[in-house]
Amino acid sequence: MSSIAVTENYYEKTMPIGKMGIWWFLASEIMVFGGLIGSYILYRLASAGAWAEMAHHVSTAIGAINTLVLLTSSLTMVLAHAAIEDENRRRAKLYLGLTVLGGLLFLGFKAIEYTTEISNGFTPLSGTFWAFYYTMTGLHGLHVLGGMIANFALFVMASRGTLWPNTHQRVEYCGLYWHFVDVVWIFLFPLLYLSY
Amino acid sequence: MSSAATAHATHEEKLSFWRKYIFSVDHKVIGKQYLFLGMFMALVGGLLAYLMRWELAWPESPVPGTGWIPEPTMFQGVVPPEFYNAIVTMHGTIMVFFVAMPILLGAFGNFLIPLMVGAPDMAFPRLNMMSFWTIFTASVVMIASFFVPGGAASAGWTGYPPLSANPVYTGVNWGITLWILGLALEFASFLMGGINFLTTTVSMRARGLKMMRLPLMVWMQITAAVIFMLSVGPLIAGAVLLLLDRTAGTSFYTVAQGGDPLLWQHLFWFFGHPEVYVILLPGLGAVLEVLPVFSRKPIFGYKAIVYSTIVAGVLSFIVWAHHMFVSGMNFKLVMPFSITTILISVPFTIILLAMMATLWKGAIRFTTPMLFAVGTLAMFIIGGLTGIFLGSATADIYLHDTYFVVAHFHYTLISAVFLGGFTAMYFWFPKMFGRMMNETWGKVHFWLTLVFFNLVFMPLFKAGLGGEMRRLYDPFQYDFLKPHQPLHKFATIAAILLFASQIPFLINFFWSLFKGKIADRNPWQANTLEWTAPSPPPHGNFEIAPSVYHGPYVYSAPNMNMKEDWQPQDQPLAS
Ligand code: HEM
Ligand SMILES: [Cu+2]
Repeated sequence: MSSIAVTENYYEKTMPIGKMGIWWFLASEIMVFGGLIGSYILYRLASAGAWAEMAHHVSTAIGAINTLVLLTSSLTMVLAHAAIEDENRRRAKLYLGLTVLGGLLFLGFKAIEYTTEISNGFTPLSGTFWAFYYTMTGLHGLHVLGGMIANFALFVMASRGTLWPNTHQRVEYCGLYWHFVDVVWIFLFPLLYLSY
Repeated sequence: MSSAATAHATHEEKLSFWRKYIFSVDHKVIGKQYLFLGMFMALVGGLLAYLMRWELAWPESPVPGTGWIPEPTMFQGVVPPEFYNAIVTMHGTIMVFFVAMPILLGAFGNFLIPLMVGAPDMAFPRLNMMSFWTIFTASVVMIASFFVPGGAASAGWTGYPPLSANPVYTGVNWGITLWILGLALEFASFLMGGINFLTTTVSMRARGLKMMRLPLMVWMQITAAVIFMLSVGPLIAGAVLLLLDRTAGTSFYTVAQGGDPLLWQHLFWFFGHPEVYVILLPGLGAVLEVLPVFSRKPIFGYKAIVYSTIVAGVLSFIVWAHHMFVSGMNFKLVMPFSITTILISVPFTIILLAMMATLWKGAIRFTTPMLFAVGTLAMFIIGGLTGIFLGSATADIYLHDTYFVVAHFHYTLISAVFLGGFTAMYFWFPKMFGRMMNETWGKVHFWLTLVFFNLVFMPLFKAGLGGEMRRLYDPFQYDFLKPHQPLHKFATIAAILLFASQIPFLINFFWSLFKGKIADRNPWQANTLEWTAPSPPPHGNFEIAPSVYHGPYVYSAPNMNMKEDWQPQDQPLAS
């Protein structure tokens, strides 16, 4: 990553810089979603009836399928990391590809979901619940997209064989990010799809 | 031992002008870029303050030197009411986000952290470069917002909806959207910066540099970075909602359609209060570095200061609603927030007492940095004491949004940002630019600044106690405020003189940059690692990778048997 030669005994012993950087980044990301989720919960508590009525129209089925898709892609990400540890290039490529595919599937379902909601007349302007619904899933979707792009870059690097020997730890860092995206969804799913 | 350094020596290839000065990845160059950006924006923020002060002293009369600004921004040199709202807003925004943060964190954090921890550069040099160019873009967006139809944002630097959510109220449309965009970019920039600060400090310390041997400036910088990174998230979420309200027509903050403007206030101040500490702590950090050096004494209570800083950082997250006592929030929250607010004065009192104890019986040398350090300390005490009034809800209900508040936050912010910033500037100038600044001009600058600063803001406490609300275009339309006009005239004249007092600094700065006396490695005889590198440090900072043997404040130790009364961190203690 950097042009600095990091030699073993130069620094005090601590976490590798890449990992440290990712963790701080995730901490601030958690706070972004934390603010959004907190606001959602407060609004939800403040307005009982009307909100439940609105929340009734989400597609729990698609939400549930997407939860499964995302959990599975988290698994393939772990397997990709394991493959890297074993220096198994073919399997790393396979699992990275599958992870990207998982993200793609997730966004595909999301697109179907959005179009049906909108054609049923539920737009971001149809009430506070819907405004939150589109904002939260939209922001999360952007994060999925970001993670997919990163994983796709790794996939390309794995195919070209440039992931070794110096940059394979990026799989671990992208994995941390991908699990984070997954965990956020684990919070969004009950809040948005099971709250009526 | 010196493998990192040799790696760097080979790395020292010829760089083009662009790579060296514009898109540099060297933390020292980036620090200087931040410094110049901050200084430029201070000029902008200061000019806005001048317009405001003039309007407050002589309402609706032409401001000297501004006749050339066309309508509708100005009206033949007179500030129109709408523009007054915009300059109040933009002054606050620019000062906090585009002067204080770039100078205190961007410039000094970037310049000092790798040097002080003994690292050749930041952990992610390219991210570092991006962070500067992101805030540069943010500044351009902010300044551009003055020139769009409707003018710049004018809902106050706190951007409360519905003023900020709906153009109906202010007539401003694009201005506020650009304001949100500019702030978003600024936040992104400092998130990148924060990752670098933290990672560099935690993972790239020289051998032997335990956390409890870090210079206090580094502690302050990383605490500030943590506070920033953990508090800004909710506001980013809130800003997304605000942007959607403005552009997509949602109604998160519109009561009529199920929204609530108080949500913004909670999200804003959850960030806004910690943000004050983000710029406060590095200012105090500079003071904490300077005091021991010029009193030739170890800092008093190093550990107490570190723990107090951390405690203050944690507490800063649970005091935000003291800005909202009169907002109509749930009254049951008033008591808890009053208590936590007043609690936070405990760690700061410890830090201030430690500073004073460091001075006690020291062999004090009143150099310019030392004068500024002591001045910062004194002014910050005034700011802190008046904060206690505002923290207790009973007093705040009367004082809220009066000039008392304005005076209070300028005492804390100007002491941290201007006086603390100048402390750092005079102290580290030799290291940054390899030359000394002129002491006499520095002292002239200090005394003028200190005196006129007090003359500007001391009278405002009185105006506030007299019930004068802030952000009023022409306060003297109210009969009961007419007696305040002399106060405001006085403050305005003092403010003009305060601005003029910065001329000695500017002359000194630019003159010293080119003509100052060549500085040696360690002109102040300080112990921290940055002084063991050449002035200015080369690319890669250190000739050989330093090892650290003790804490940073070993001065006048009783067992020192040598001529000097100091012991640099990279040399073992004499026994
Ligand atoms: C150097 C001389 C300065 C002068 C003469 C000055 C003057 C003023 C004035 C007249 C106001 C308007 C008060 C009102 O009507 O509410 C104001 C507001 C403000 N100032 Fe300053 N200021 C100075 C420096 C600074 C600095 C260094 C900072 C921060 C780092 C700062 C931060 C603010 C903030 C946050 C506001 C509130 C803006 C708002 O109400 O939206 N000022 N200042
Ligand atoms: Cu506060």
